[in-house]
Amino acid sequence: MKKLINNPDNVLKEQLQGMQAAHGDLINVHFDPAYITRKDPTPKGKVALVSGGGSGHEPMHGGFVGKGMLDAACPGEIFTSPTPDQMYEAAKAVDSGAGVLNIVKNYTGDVMNFEMAADMARGEGIKVQNIIVDDDVAVKDSLYTAGRRGVGTTVLIEKICGGAAEDGYDLKKLSALCKKLNQNGRSMGMALTSCITPGNATPSFEIGDDEIELGIGIHGEPGIKRSKMMEADEIVEFMMDQILNDPAYTRILKEWDFDKDDWVEAEVTDQPFKKGDQVIAFVNSMGGTPVSELYGVYRKVQEICEKQGIKIVRNLVGPYITALEMQGCSITLLKADNESVKYWDAPALTPGIRVKM
Amino acid sequence: MIKKKHILDWLNKSAEVLEEKKSYLTKLDTAIGDADHGNNMNRGFKKVLEQLPTNEKKDIGAILKGVAMSLISTVGGASGPLYGTMFLQAGNSVSGKEELTAEDLKKMLQAGVDGIVMRGKAKIGDKTMIDALEPAVKAYSSAVSAGDELTTALQKAVDAAEKGVEDTIPLIARKGRASYLGERSKGHQDPGATSSYYLLKALRDSVQ
Ligand SMILES: Nc1ncnc2c1ncn2[C@@H]1O[C@H](COP(=O)(O)OP(=O)(O)OP(=O)(O)O)[C@@H](O)[C@H]1O
Ligand SMILES: [Mg+2]
Repeated sequence: MKKLINNPDNVLKEQLQGMQAAHGDLINVHFDPAYITRKDPTPKGKVALVSGGGSGHEPMHGGFVGKGMLDAACPGEIFTSPTPDQMYEAAKAVDSGAGVLNIVKNYTGDVMNFEMAADMARGEGIKVQNIIVDDDVAVKDSLYTAGRRGVGTTVLIEKICGGAAEDGYDLKKLSALCKKLNQNGRSMGMALTSCITPGNATPSFEIGDDEIELGIGIHGEPGIKRSKMMEADEIVEFMMDQILNDPAYTRILKEWDFDKDDWVEAEVTDQPFKKGDQVIAFVNSMGGTPVSELYGVYRKVQEICEKQGIKIVRNLVGPYITALEMQGCSITLLKADNESVKYWDAPALTPGIRVKM
Repeated sequence: MIKKKHILDWLNKSAEVLEEKKSYLTKLDTAIGDADHGNNMNRGFKKVLEQLPTNEKKDIGAILKGVAMSLISTVGGASGPLYGTMFLQAGNSVSGKEELTAEDLKKMLQAGVDGIVMRGKAKIGDKTMIDALEPAVKAYSSAVSAGDELTTALQKAVDAAEKGVEDTIPLIARKGRASYLGERSKGHQDPGATSSYYLLKALRDSVQ
């Protein structure tokens, strides 16, 4: 496998140096520990939005730091959760007094590291809430697994919550919005090829030339099902069926209770999509699939939605949450209401997403 | 009696074996995870060795807490907070001690495993590091209670961990990344259980 890199040990550092060089007008990159903040400090009274996760999913999350989206992002090693000291330093750097909302994708590592970081930041008197994103319908049950992974909906949440935070939502209201969006979003991914993390000689999973992997996450981990190669329309039909006919999903989620001053666990149930729903539709490349193919996919997504009586009111098509050079795509549908559409349309100026600015 | 030099030797030997087994652990994690466990552990223990000189004059509790901080700040993933919490709780349990009796070590190992369970909520049979550590600590404790020598008790712990690692192979993972695979996680050895076994083996080798 050929890669456009120097020493594999320096990939993350060099990537961050490049981001600083390219986007120094929008962001500041900090090292030891690594985190990215907005160029301009968080306005007084605005809740700071922080996210993070393993690297290799660019532009997420570092590319979404800027006005109208995140205040800070914490990049981990490739496909590895970042560490609590990164998140703790980021929280201290961007808290304006109104508190910090950590948007955490549901992976064991991310969840535990963000929990430790939140406890550390609270020790410094910072108000912190962690909201989990778990939208991957490929994971069926939560009883015997770590639960659904956080995938495509994360991008939409970072945009919408970013808009709401700029508009003055306090930490409680913003957390409630974030939770609502997570419950309204569902995603499904697939891969045509695997990917190789820098420094490793072999792909994360072996896949034949005539095979595809359905229900993958974003880390090159194997999916739920191996299948023979199919035409795009057939693949999209399978994925959309999984998303649209996904039944109500119940699991236990943890969050901070400011009254009890402790972590609490609550059962949360997502309701399935239904006829008449309005949605934001997001077709994403895993990194290796060209935009031309994504539009072919989007065309079929639109057709299926129409047939099912679901109206796409906004869309996003492109590589936003990737898995290195993996070929494949994911589809996310987010049930939309006035609030989410309003903040989807709100201005944003980040290296990766730019709206009306 | 376990002296401070044994503990320092343990950490050095751990770093050594994790470096040596880096590709192997990552290979195990490739089958049922995301191909990073060996790299994570190697990165973490490199940092542990780097930081060791600043703490090595302190007591054993403080040294272990220093190890925890190094791991928490460099490993990431699931194993970072898990092993970090393990060393933190182990360190707390032997605070201020310059040497450990077999009984102290029993408390220390138990506290470490309790820390992992507190943070990750895994039970025996979930196909995690707990499958190696819990039987090992049990074996060690019963051996010490039965009056075994420290080295004999540690050997029993290592044997139990080794068996625990093998026992993970037919299991369906219920925690961490591997759990997404469901049935497909069967037939593979858990990387975290394997690294736990290496840590115990390094401890045994240092104390002999
Ligand atoms: N809840 C848990 N309790 C105990 N051990 C766990 C738990 N979850 C995962 N593990 C252990 O962690 C090991 C994987 O560690 P690794 O360093 O590869 O982290 P990871 O799962 O890849 O983290 P991340 O999700 O951030 O990528 C597994 O083999 C398992 O032994
Ligand atoms: Mg892993």
